[in-house]
Amino acid sequence: MSTSNESLTESSGTKHPQLPGEPGPETLLIETTRKPEKSRLSLALQVLIRTITPVALAIVVAGIIIWTMGIDPLKFYGDVIALGLGGTGWQKTLTMMAPLLIISLGLIISFRAQLWNLGYNGTYLLAAAVVAGTAPDVMQSLPFGVGILVLFVLAFAIGAGLGYLPGLLKAKYGTNEIITSLMISFIAISAANILVKGPFQDHAVTVPQTRVLDLDLMLPYIPGTRIHIGFIIAVVVVVLFHYILTKSSFGLKIDILGASPKAATHAGIDAKKMIIIVFLLSSGMIALAGAIDMLGLWGYMRTNWNPMYGDKILPFVFLARLNPIGSIPLVGFYAVLATGGTIAAQQVGLSVDFLLIIVALILFFMTIIEFMGNRKDLGKSYLPAGLFTRAKK
Amino acid sequence: MIPFFSDAFLTAFVVAALASAIPVMLAAIGETVGEQSGVLNLGIEGLLLIGGYFGFVATIVTGSFWLGFLIGALASIILSSILMALSVLLGLNQIVVGIGITLAGTGVSSVLYDFSYGSSKPRLGLDAPWTIPFLSDIPVIGPSLFAQPGMFYVSMLLALVTSIWLYRTTSGLRLRSAGQKPSSLDAAGGNVAVTRSLAVLFGGAMSGLGGAYLALISAGTFTPGMTHGMGFLAIVIAMLARGRLLWVLLISLIYGLFVAMGTVLQLTSLNIPNDVVTIMPFIAVMIVLTFFARRSALPAALAIPYVRGAR
Repeated sequence: MSTSNESLTESSGTKHPQLPGEPGPETLLIETTRKPEKSRLSLALQVLIRTITPVALAIVVAGIIIWTMGIDPLKFYGDVIALGLGGTGWQKTLTMMAPLLIISLGLIISFRAQLWNLGYNGTYLLAAAVVAGTAPDVMQSLPFGVGILVLFVLAFAIGAGLGYLPGLLKAKYGTNEIITSLMISFIAISAANILVKGPFQDHAVTVPQTRVLDLDLMLPYIPGTRIHIGFIIAVVVVVLFHYILTKSSFGLKIDILGASPKAATHAGIDAKKMIIIVFLLSSGMIALAGAIDMLGLWGYMRTNWNPMYGDKILPFVFLARLNPIGSIPLVGFYAVLATGGTIAAQQVGLSVDFLLIIVALILFFMTIIEFMGNRKDLGKSYLPAGLFTRAKK
Repeated sequence: MIPFFSDAFLTAFVVAALASAIPVMLAAIGETVGEQSGVLNLGIEGLLLIGGYFGFVATIVTGSFWLGFLIGALASIILSSILMALSVLLGLNQIVVGIGITLAGTGVSSVLYDFSYGSSKPRLGLDAPWTIPFLSDIPVIGPSLFAQPGMFYVSMLLALVTSIWLYRTTSGLRLRSAGQKPSSLDAAGGNVAVTRSLAVLFGGAMSGLGGAYLALISAGTFTPGMTHGMGFLAIVIAMLARGRLLWVLLISLIYGLFVAMGTVLQLTSLNIPNDVVTIMPFIAVMIVLTFFARRSALPAALAIPYVRGAR
């Protein structure tokens, strides 16, 4: 009895606080028949294995690929770690984590609701372009704190605006949000380029780019480092939303919507309103990442620049099981790979798009391990119930 | 000033429109077959790039355009077999695997191009056109429609054959039933996994051909990321066409006209940036989705893995 009780509180305690009152005997019975009893430690171990195995396999296979191209994989990965963590590498890594963390949070919000907001690339870029283009004027005419706040709100509004149409169409007509958000993404990417080549272009330089923001007007560094405070903002926002998503009634509503929009309607949740809110919030967050990146790291934007952060962070969001705090170490891992990997790849004459291959391999191995894990019941699934389980209903 | 509406100009215009339309059409045909069988393939972008790269390499090495198309199609079939294995046979999330295919295709083609041709950046010659006697003598339409490379006619034939296959044969009916109600296909003695697998591989082959057409005929070279979202546009075209290949052909042609008009506008003194041209098709699609096709009738079992015996 005591062991089954433990497994019950654990399975529910990870998501939402237990409702007051002891669970009835039937609930316990169902719970014990459904789930084999496991200790907390072995569960944690299995979750860890399930998270690390896909990444490790991807690294090995990618190593074999570059080995066939005549590059020593051991030296390459050694360089990646040395450049990503050693010297000032760790500071660059943490700087890079700032936008990545916020984007991953934006993805987590929409994926928890089982809404596929794939407009991340364009949302990030358009917000970044507008912020980079307006920042020199805004920051010069307003006090520093107010200016930053205005630009953050502006970016969030742009993101929310871009997320509104896919959300509205999905809520009102059930239009496939994958398609609409992707189209919005491409529109926003082109719009960003038009803005940078048009109204925001700095005519003092030949390359089409926005005016460079003064270093004094950018987000300040954390004292003693070259990491801008955007990193701290990102961590705070992620932790804050971790509690909102996992402990508040708003988070529960999103989860119910994700599990089944019908159930949400039955539970008295306005599913249509929630779909739109999730889209506004998710896209707004991704746009905020663009503002933080521009104001903290770059200070200007060039045309045809597209870091594709959202695509690259995608597998790690799933590996974190859509848990915001869980995404922090995984995003950190990718940031090391990206910072070190970009320089290491350039040193050996490898295209930087090599990172895309690693990310794709992680996605593939992740789904395979997921499949094997479901067969062998290894811990919790990456995705909330829905697309995986719909066929088993 | 360029003399507009001269025969030479109009011919060039139609040729340019077709050069943009055919790759998208081929990819959209592949996506249509996949969607009708219940598989949403989000990897088209990657499959186009892989087909384009390997087709380009094969043509450079052998000098044969036909071998280029063959190798391009084979390369994309191999990449799409990952989607087949993971999403159809194992029933894993099609969206996640599809995005993985897109990233893998983009990454592999870019890394290999940089590795092999990054410094030399070779270009291909023109493929010798098949000139159809008599018809090619008609002004404007003749030189633009009836003096195209051989693959153009093969593409049109493929569209026709696929349409007949989907709507006039038993195997086409079985394929569509796999997308509407897979359990009924299973009950009727069909094999959902095999049907969907073949549809995915067919989609891969068509995307490979599309990518190879883009690289070998339309652009005459391969550049990393040369598709610029064309694969996703193909997915939308397939959705808007709701499985009817005549619509796929028409929407692709409209897309081609858009691109060609953009190129023309750039030749004039209006000085419109290239991005305005690239943004147009996506805005057009959004307008159509918002006002006309809000409830696009997609196959009922799209993106839902089939588990035998499950309710």
